[in-house]
Amino acid sequence: MNNQVDVSRHRHAVEFADGVYWIGALDPTLRTFDIILSTANGTSYNSYLVKGSEGVAVIDTVKENFSEEFFARLESEVDYSDIKYIVLNHLEPDHTGALPELMKRAPQAKLYISQRAISMLKALLKPASEVIEKNFDYTTVNTGDSIGLGDRTLSFLHTPFLHWPDTQCTYLEEEAVLFSGDVFGCHYCDKRLFNDLVGDFRFSFDYYYAHIMRPFKNHVMDALKLIEPLKIKQIAPTHGPILRERPRRYVTHYRELSTSSLSREIVNDDKTLIIFYMSSYGNTARMAEEISEGASEFDSVRVSLYDLEGGETDPFVDLIEEADALLFGSPTINGDAVKPVWDLLSSLVVINLKGKLGGAFGSFGWSGEAVRMIEDRMRGLKMKIPQEGLRVKLIPDEDELETCRLFGRQIARKLTGKKEDKGVIDFADLG
Amino acid sequence: MAKGKITFEDIDQTVNVPAGTRIIEVSEKIGAGIIYGCREGDCGTCITHVTEGWNNLTEPSVLEEKVLKENMASRHDRLACQAQVLGDCKVKPA
Ligand SMILES: Cc1cc2nc3c(=O)[nH]c(=O)nc-3n(C[C@H](O)[C@H](O)[C@H](O)COP(=O)(O)O)c2cc1C
Ligand code: FES
Ligand SMILES: [Fe+2]
Ligand SMILES: [Fe+2]
Repeated sequence: MNNQVDVSRHRHAVEFADGVYWIGALDPTLRTFDIILSTANGTSYNSYLVKGSEGVAVIDTVKENFSEEFFARLESEVDYSDIKYIVLNHLEPDHTGALPELMKRAPQAKLYISQRAISMLKALLKPASEVIEKNFDYTTVNTGDSIGLGDRTLSFLHTPFLHWPDTQCTYLEEEAVLFSGDVFGCHYCDKRLFNDLVGDFRFSFDYYYAHIMRPFKNHVMDALKLIEPLKIKQIAPTHGPILRERPRRYVTHYRELSTSSLSREIVNDDKTLIIFYMSSYGNTARMAEEISEGASEFDSVRVSLYDLEGGETDPFVDLIEEADALLFGSPTINGDAVKPVWDLLSSLVVINLKGKLGGAFGSFGWSGEAVRMIEDRMRGLKMKIPQEGLRVKLIPDEDELETCRLFGRQIARKLTGKKEDKGVIDFADLG
Repeated sequence: MAKGKITFEDIDQTVNVPAGTRIIEVSEKIGAGIIYGCREGDCGTCITHVTEGWNNLTEPSVLEEKVLKENMASRHDRLACQAQVLGDCKVKPA
């Protein structure tokens, strides 16, 4: 093993398995990636070269303004005319920035992409359309497909939505190297390149998973089904360290991160309902308690009640991810729901809420917009709102508290799947 | 006026609609689990499986066929933002 690696001092390719090279670029000054991610020391754009007895494959490229470094490393090892294949594991610009230029320099190279990448590829190459017209030759591949370089074979794993719809991974069979794209990657910049040589990057690995992969947990699980059976000696992602030392640990770690922790504890089919609320004079709080009471009449529904005034909302994101239904209670203040509710609702982009049940309630003084606004936001997050929100003018009286308990019972009944006959509704009656 | 009945199997709800109504118009109003992106037949986000009454929807356009194919939709999948209801049918999110 090369134990003294410093890729910032040269512009050659770095060999890390027989005929397999890193030809990427370091970006140590970057602090914000894709608007939504911060980095502590920059990132890297890892591109790879695989040499076989009958040609060369380039796997992913770099961000456009790092093209020069990428081409220099590539040229240190091969001629453009040797390049037979260009494999793109997903088409995000941080890995396809140098593609149009590479296609010009290696016009004979054929592109290998996933089926879903076609329309993106065309959109990406729009500005360089003269390249496309002359030598645009792509093949779409799926799990089980492979391409040969003589004594080297690259096979493909279809791993959609990690984190773009068109994502795939590529596996070099003879050397057991998995070119995983952004999967198993992180924004961490280190000239020592390999996980056993770089600084402690665990925080960065977990942060990347949490922001980029977590919204697609179910797809992560599907991908792991394809990845876990592979013999893996090294994982070569598109950002951050190459995982050559105990790569399997990272696969296991992804499995842990994407397995629901609650589902390990709930043995039966119990459903979970979480009620969040804020209340200035206690009216919305009273409603929350009664709704909770009503829902708790169902043994198989676990109800939790949380006051958002308690402060930190970050821990709630985990709870929400695993919950089956969510209710939000807010008074209407200046024609809006209160900020802690919005803060929580806007921090949910990292999880998948599709299909969870939602509902809103709250006390109001004269206009009561909050409930409707929260419902709209939940619909925007692809949740189902099975029943109209509950509003109470100022202090709830005994009848209204009974309505709250009924509201709780109804949502719990929906959760347990005890259906009522809904009948057929008429389109004209829909609001 | 001609009418059709569309059932959203995921929420078990049936709606009577005037012929020509797009699936998206109904599903959004009743909160069925079909999700939308571009809403104009381009992104393939709204792919929906037609479980019954395939022939009671308008024929897919060439463009819709293309998007369905590119997104590897299975047989009897449609784009909910494009397909219009002509008669009785049942759908669920793909
Ligand atoms: C992390 C991430 C997530 C994205 N999610 C979506 C998405 O859900 N839907 C979509 O249409 N495009 C999505 N995109 C694609 C961006 O909208 C697209 O790259 C766009 O061209 C960026 O515009 P900008 O150059 O103004 O930032 C995503 C891009 C990134 C980097
Ligand atoms: S929403 Fe984009 S195709 Fe229907
Ligand atoms: Fe990416
Ligand atoms: Fe990336």
